[in-house]
Amino acid sequence: MTDGNDGSAGVADFDKLVRDRRIVVCCGSGGVGKTTTAAVVGLEGARSGRRTVVVTIDPAKRLADALGLAGLTGTPSRIEGDWPGELWATMLDTKSTFDDLVAKYAATPEQAERILANRFYRNISGALSGTQEYMAMEKLYELHEESDFELVVVDTPPTRNALDFLDAPRRLSRFLEHRLFRMLVAPSRGVLKAVNVAAQTFLRTVSRVVGGDVVQDAIAFFQAFEGMEEGFRMRAVRVNELLAAPETAFVLVASPRQDTVEEAHFFADRLREAGIVVQGLIVNRVHPSFTDALPEALAARADTLDGTDLGGLYRNLADFEQVASREHEHLAGLADAVSPAPLAWVPFLRSDVHDLVGMAEVGTHVFTRSPG
Amino acid sequence: MNPEQFFAASRLVIVAGKGGVGKTTVSATLARAAALSGLSTLVVEVEGKSGLPTMFGQRALGYDETVLSRGGGPAGAADVRARTLTADGALLEYLRDHGLSRVSNRLVSSGALDIVATAAPGIKDILLLGKVKQLERAGVADLIVLDAPAAGHAITFLQSARSLLDSVSVGPINAQARDVLELLEDHERCQVVLVTVPEETPVNEAVETAFSLEDRVGVGLGPIVVNGVYPELPGMTADPVAAAAAAGVSVRGGEAEALAAAAAFRRDRTSLQADQVGRLADQLPLPQLRLPFLFTTGIGPTELDRLAHAFLAQVDVLAGLPL
Repeated sequence: MTDGNDGSAGVADFDKLVRDRRIVVCCGSGGVGKTTTAAVVGLEGARSGRRTVVVTIDPAKRLADALGLAGLTGTPSRIEGDWPGELWATMLDTKSTFDDLVAKYAATPEQAERILANRFYRNISGALSGTQEYMAMEKLYELHEESDFELVVVDTPPTRNALDFLDAPRRLSRFLEHRLFRMLVAPSRGVLKAVNVAAQTFLRTVSRVVGGDVVQDAIAFFQAFEGMEEGFRMRAVRVNELLAAPETAFVLVASPRQDTVEEAHFFADRLREAGIVVQGLIVNRVHPSFTDALPEALAARADTLDGTDLGGLYRNLADFEQVASREHEHLAGLADAVSPAPLAWVPFLRSDVHDLVGMAEVGTHVFTRSPG
Repeated sequence: MNPEQFFAASRLVIVAGKGGVGKTTVSATLARAAALSGLSTLVVEVEGKSGLPTMFGQRALGYDETVLSRGGGPAGAADVRARTLTADGALLEYLRDHGLSRVSNRLVSSGALDIVATAAPGIKDILLLGKVKQLERAGVADLIVLDAPAAGHAITFLQSARSLLDSVSVGPINAQARDVLELLEDHERCQVVLVTVPEETPVNEAVETAFSLEDRVGVGLGPIVVNGVYPELPGMTADPVAAAAAAGVSVRGGEAEALAAAAAFRRDRTSLQADQVGRLADQLPLPQLRLPFLFTTGIGPTELDRLAHAFLAQVDVLAGLPL
C-alpha cells in the first residue's frame, strides 16, 4: 500500500477506542496475529493512562515471556514499564475459570466438590467444544465486573468454528439442559416408569459402544449438577449482554491473504447477525508497494529483459506490486464490509514481535502515538 | 529419491501444521503431485471448512467423495478425489456396520455424541481416524492424504487413540483405538508430513510438534515442508542504473529507486528466511522440501500445478536421504 491508501485517516479512532471503551475483543481466524494485536492494544491502554489487563489464550513463548507469563497463571500479573497507566496480563486457564464458576453456583461446598471430583467434569474443559471460548468470555466478564480494571482486552481462541465464543455460553447451558440430561437424572426425579425404561435401554446401548464406566461418570456428573443450570444460564445471558453493550468494542484482526480475508468477511457477517458492530479492522503483514507502475507493465518489462540483472530487478518489483495490488483489492472489499469502522494496515515487520519494543512498533501503525 | 519411491513410503500421509502455514495448500500439492506421478489420490479433510476445492477449481466437498481433478490425458495423470469426514457421519456408518443401526440415528440426532464425547475425550477423533484407517485398509486410493486439524490440536488428535485406550478399556471403541494406534505406529503404512513457514514462531512450533509427535504418538515423520520460500532471482544485489547500462537501456529516476527498494526488501526477507530455514535444519534432523512463495494471494488450479511441479523437483533432489 502506498501512502494515503493505508487507512491512516482512521488511526485516531483507534486511540479513541482504547481511551473510551471498557472492553476490546480481538477476533479473527488462526495465524493472523490476534494475540500480538491484543497485547499491542493493551499496551496502548496503559500508555493512555488506563489500568489495563490483557487476557491472552496461547501466546508464543517469547511473547509470553515479554508479558511476564512464563509460568501459567490465571491471576493477572503486572508488567512494569514507563507509562502513566498500568499494564497487567493473564493467560486464560480454562479449567480453573470453570472450577471457580462451579464453586460460585454450587448450593453447597459439598456439591461443588462432588462436581470437581467427577471424571466427566474433568474432561469437559478439554473435550467439550466451545468450552475454551466460553471461559474466555467468562474471564472477560469476571475481570470487568469483579475487579477494578478500566480496560479489559481479550484475545479469542483460534476456533474451528469462527465465532464459537459468541455462542459458547448459550451452548453450554443448552448442553446442561439437554434432554438426555433429563433422561439421565430421571431415576432420581421419579418420572414415569415407561420413560425410564426407554432411557435405560438407550443407555445400555451407549454403554455397549463406549463402556459402562463412561456412562456412569456422565450420569453422576449430571446428577451432581442438578439445580445449578439456572445460575449458569443467567450468567451466560449477562455475558452475552455485556458483549453487545456499547462499552464493548470488537476489533477484527486479519491478514491480507485471500483465505483469511474470506474468513474475516464471514466473521463480520456473523457479528452483524449477532447485533454486534465491528469497531475496527487491523490487518497484519501487509506487503509494501514501491511504485505506482502497474504490475502487468512491470512483468512485461521483466519478460523483455529476461536473463539480465535488470530483468531480475523488474521481475522482483512486478512480483511485489502484484501481491500488493491483489491484497489491496481483497482488503478494499473487507474495509467496505466493516465501514465505517477505522482501519489499520500493519506492514510486514523485520522480525516476529516478542517484546515491548516490537509491540510499540506495531502500535505506531495502529495508533497516532509515537513509538518513544 | 524419485517421486514413486517417496509416495510408496506409506499409503497414508498425514499433513499437520499450525493455522496459517498453508497446511491445506500442501495437502493439495501432495495430492496433485502424486496424481501427476500416476497415483490415484484421496484427500481427506476433517474440519468442514476448507479451501481445498477452490484450489482445484471446484466447489464444496461433502461426506461422500468428489473428484477434484480428473486423470488421463497425455501426461497419464491419475484422479484426485476428496471427501470431508465428520465424527457424526463416521459414527452413523460405524454403528450401521456393527449392527446397531436401530440406535444410530437417535444417538446422533439427540446430540448424545456431544455427551459421549465429553465422557470419553478423543472419541470424535477416534471415529475420524477409525474411518481413515478403514479407507487405508480398503486401499481406496494409491495415496491417502489426511489434512489434519490445525495447531496443537494435531497432537491431541493423533494422541486420541492412546488416551482412549486408558479411558475405554473394552468394547468396539477400544478395538477401534487399538487398530488406529497400530496404523499410526506402523511407519510403512503411515507417515506425518509437517508443514511450516520460514518464520520464527512457526519454526519453533514445528520443532516442538515434531518431537511431541515422535515421543508421544510414535508416528514416523516424513520430510518437513517449508512453505512460502522466496525463489531465487538474479540481480537482487545489482544497482538498477548500472544494470540498465549493462542491458543497454535506461530507467527513470523514480523507477530505479523503486527497483532498488523492492530488491532491498526481498534481500531482507530472504535473509530472514534463510536464518529460519537454517535454524529448522539445526534443530530438526528431517529432510526439508521447500515450496516457493507464490506472488498471488490465492491458489487456483494453475498455481497448484506450479507447486506440484516444484514439489516433484524437490523430491528428486532428496536422493539418498532416508525417509
